[in-house]
Amino acid sequence: MAVRVQSDPFDAGAELNSFARDRTGVGAVVSFTGVVRDTKGDLQEMLIEHYPGMTESAIAKIADEAVQRWALADVLVIHRYGPLKPGEPIMMVATAAAHRAAAFEAADFLMDYLKSRAPFWKKEVTAQGAAWVAAKDADEDALKRW
Amino acid sequence: MNVVYFAWVRERIGLPEETVDTDAATVKDLIAELSAREDRYAAAFADTTALRVALDQELSDFDAPLDGVREVAFFPPMTGG
Repeated sequence: MAVRVQSDPFDAGAELNSFARDRTGVGAVVSFTGVVRDTKGDLQEMLIEHYPGMTESAIAKIADEAVQRWALADVLVIHRYGPLKPGEPIMMVATAAAHRAAAFEAADFLMDYLKSRAPFWKKEVTAQGAAWVAAKDADEDALKRW
Repeated sequence: MNVVYFAWVRERIGLPEETVDTDAATVKDLIAELSAREDRYAAAFADTTALRVALDQELSDFDAPLDGVREVAFFPPMTGG
């Protein structure tokens, strides 16, 4: 299991290749990459703040739970902080399991929990100014299905 | 104890962290104590439904006791992923 919280960019393809390499007991590798989205065409920058220390422990706890529940062979979580430009990857998760259902479900679970239980906060900067992104009720509700 | 603030809570209060000398028994008591200090605290803590709290880096709730806690963090609902 690997959890990385970093300001540096990462290469999602290279990370996935390295995660999937040399696995023999695994039939499925699933990955998700989150990208900075410019919804209205005016986003200059996204600033991501986090809680150093709690971020790593909260993600490790979520990843541990995924490993237990879906008997994962391995899991990778990378999440960035700091200033990001539209189109840049923010984060990725990858899961490795014997079968695809477990790998997909665990990745979905990880994403739902990272959204609402990992201490990150997003701020969007446009020509009009900067505004914190509000958490959505739908994201909190999504946790109930697990 | 160390009190830390994130996102708009940090901006509204105007600092990222501070050491608070307090006998507050619970998180609620600490919020009342801080809110009584200055308007900027009262503004930040006006609506606790818009806030989350972590005690020693674990999510907690406003009724939780502060006995033995070294770090309290206040922040809005998280927006990771």
